[in-house]
Amino acid sequence: MFEKSKIILFVVIVACGVASPYVSGINPYYYDILISIGINIILAAGLNLVNGYTGQFSLGHAGFMAAGAYASAWLSLRFGYEFGTSVWATTTAFVLALLAGGIVAAVAGLLVGVPSLRLKGDYLAIVTLGFNEIIKGVIQNAEPLGAQRGLGGMVQHTTFFWTFAFAALTVYVVLSLVHSTYGRGFMAVRDDEIAAEAMGINTTKYKVLAFVLGAFFAGIAGGLYAHFKQFIHPEGFNFMKSVDVVVMVILGGMGSTLGVCVAAALLTILPEVLRYVARIDALPEWLRSIAENRMILYSLLLIILMLTRPQGLFGSGAWKKKKA
Amino acid sequence: MADQLLELLQQIINGLSQGSIYALIALGYTMVFGVLRFINFAHGDVFMLGAFAGFYLGPKTLKIFGGGPSYAGAIAVLFVAMALCAVIGMVIERLCYKPLRDRPKLTVLITAIGVSLFLSNGGQFVFGAEPKSFPEIITDRLIAIPPAWGRISELTITISQVLVIGVTLVLLFVLTYIVMKTKLGMAMRALSFNPVAAQLMGININVVISFTFGLGSALAGAAGILTSIQQPSIDPLMGVNAGLKAFVAAVLGGIGNIPGAALGGILIGLTEALVVGYVNPTYRDPIVFGVLILVLLVKPTGLLGASEREKV
Amino acid sequence: MSAPLLKLANVTVQFGGLKAVSELSFEIHDGELIGLIGPNGAGKTTVFNLVTGVYQPTSGAITFAGKSVLGHRPYKVTARGIARTFQNIRLFSSLSVIDNVRTACNMHLKHGISHALLRGPKFAREEAEIDQTVRELLEIFGLSGECDAPCKSLPYGDQRRLEIVRALATRPKLLLLDEPAAGMNPTEKVELMKLIRFTQEKFGLAVLLVEHDMKVVMGICQRIIVLDYGKKIAEGPPAEIRANHKVIAAYLGKEEDDA
Repeated sequence: MFEKSKIILFVVIVACGVASPYVSGINPYYYDILISIGINIILAAGLNLVNGYTGQFSLGHAGFMAAGAYASAWLSLRFGYEFGTSVWATTTAFVLALLAGGIVAAVAGLLVGVPSLRLKGDYLAIVTLGFNEIIKGVIQNAEPLGAQRGLGGMVQHTTFFWTFAFAALTVYVVLSLVHSTYGRGFMAVRDDEIAAEAMGINTTKYKVLAFVLGAFFAGIAGGLYAHFKQFIHPEGFNFMKSVDVVVMVILGGMGSTLGVCVAAALLTILPEVLRYVARIDALPEWLRSIAENRMILYSLLLIILMLTRPQGLFGSGAWKKKKA
Repeated sequence: MADQLLELLQQIINGLSQGSIYALIALGYTMVFGVLRFINFAHGDVFMLGAFAGFYLGPKTLKIFGGGPSYAGAIAVLFVAMALCAVIGMVIERLCYKPLRDRPKLTVLITAIGVSLFLSNGGQFVFGAEPKSFPEIITDRLIAIPPAWGRISELTITISQVLVIGVTLVLLFVLTYIVMKTKLGMAMRALSFNPVAAQLMGININVVISFTFGLGSALAGAAGILTSIQQPSIDPLMGVNAGLKAFVAAVLGGIGNIPGAALGGILIGLTEALVVGYVNPTYRDPIVFGVLILVLLVKPTGLLGASEREKV
Repeated sequence: MSAPLLKLANVTVQFGGLKAVSELSFEIHDGELIGLIGPNGAGKTTVFNLVTGVYQPTSGAITFAGKSVLGHRPYKVTARGIARTFQNIRLFSSLSVIDNVRTACNMHLKHGISHALLRGPKFAREEAEIDQTVRELLEIFGLSGECDAPCKSLPYGDQRRLEIVRALATRPKLLLLDEPAAGMNPTEKVELMKLIRFTQEKFGLAVLLVEHDMKVVMGICQRIIVLDYGKKIAEGPPAEIRANHKVIAAYLGKEEDDA
């Protein structure tokens, strides 16, 4: 029974590899959206482990993405040709840089998580936000990382294959963990920390683990992003970016990996649709302006969701329960 | 030596006037938390709306007082902004937070984030994203300190700075009076100690909660006007940063504790001034957040706050 | 007399100005069924919280199987062999009946996160073992028909039983039951009494029972400890306690919670 999931993962990765050369040939605009969907899936699935399954409200995910983006970009720019200039050599360097970025992000996750995770709800959210700002602040003051000017010049190593192979891996890791006795621990921590401790679960360990894993994947996503857009800037990893990912997790339904993947795709496409709507001359001006301002719609979406369907599209009913 | 002391004094004055702004906003956070145990993420944006209320309604209000900048006119603008913000705060509470009172805390927090984003982005849409110039409601100028005071006369103190600090003190007194001496204030305090008992004693919690929101929002509105007198460039996103800093101030002082919020505001204002003056302006924001993290890790209940236990 | 399993020596816990528990001392030996009673607010649940590490005593010592449990976080105390249920049922509301019990097996897991990810034969084997153990437990307590149902869909009495099953899955030597009969009708209470006796014998546990229903307490406990305002006012077999003047005085004039 457990073998099936591994086979599926293998098949998906091979399929991505086979499809990749064909996919890169499509319209660059759609290609961009496709890659963005993949990156957002990694971000959302990772954050879902923290927010959705473990119930720890982190508002600083963009900070970890930044850590991974900058770490991998810097390594890539410095050591990209260390192994040679052949395709194999540069690709290996790229993948290593990606993984290194993930690890840097994971370490950041550890440093942020260990002190913060003893806080609850609102406080944890604000502290993670604070750490996001601090990470951004550090980057903005770091000359080797381009400071306020941004960092550019990365080679576009990110392909359809790498993006979706990592997306599949992320989903696999999250789902495998969750569907194990081990994974039940995360949800126990979410549902009732005191009871979880009483049942022998080291709640700190689980919270930190979810946090670190989420950060690792955010770092990978960051690295993929950096090597796709070929230019990164600290403002691209601010609070708004964190909110973007949080909205995906909430819309998808915290605790549903499938849900957040769908939501990630939907919310990647939505701004493009809005951009299209904004250009339809036939519509009234005010409607078109609102379409341009996607954050207004996002915020309304958040409010309406919370008032009417807090469990999101696919989430469990746990979020509708009355306060005990 | 005297030079350094003078420099320090200058920064302290700057810090106090900025800190007053933070204190006023922080009071709103802390009162709402005290009564509802929830952090109103959208509070900073009410501050922004106060500034814009002054922008749009200021000139008309001033006309009633003769047209040009005047102290009477400025006070009137202050009242107008406070009243408007009070209403806005109460409307937001009624529409978005009241329906969620029985839900898990996370739901309300996310809603508050949504409201905040809606206000700031909506503001950009309605008011336009470019910064606007706040109308002159008082004639600001340097206070000429008599040379007889020695080196102190070299300090740069403006009327607006004194006004900000003065008005804040007045508002603090008024607030303390309301909270300590009026029935509604007592109800607020009762509610913050024990919501169930307060209800059983006949306190209408809807009224008290609305009142708390109204009061806090009015103070934020006042802060919006005061800050615009000092820094006339206003934009729809000004509430986000100020709101966050004021939140740090509230936590520093002890969230739920009213004197704590005022104290926290002053301390954060001073910290900022010192960092900008002596360290590096770009480190200002990260250091303020660093303070937040330090407080939450070392003494989460803040300087003046009391701890709470979960009943097992 | 063999060494005690659980020993409290002059334990005091103070919250601000209030001494919730004051100079409390008592012992529990292997296999004993002890009752802990007292008027509301006497500090009974506080004792549970002290023993399980939720609160740390202000002074005094608590030892379990000869070693101190002070300074340990609750999950470590559970690992030592103390399990508990809660006054207000604290099941994991988003999990199914069987998953609730499975969470209690986490502490005994021999495989780590890498195994959960790689899903090799070792993982499969251990998951199967856990599955079997948990199902057997549920079977014993008559809950196996509802394994995959959300735990909140169970009737109240079943939820209480589920909490006990979950606690048992941690393989404790001492089981703390906090008002397990609360909200039950007389028939259910009789069932509960049989269940507690049965559990104790089958699993060779010591049990410390907090309960307001005197019939239940007097019916199954070998020894009863009485608390009032955080202090122990009496200790002895049921017959003695029933006739104890101090105990009667403590309950007179106070709200008596009856079935």
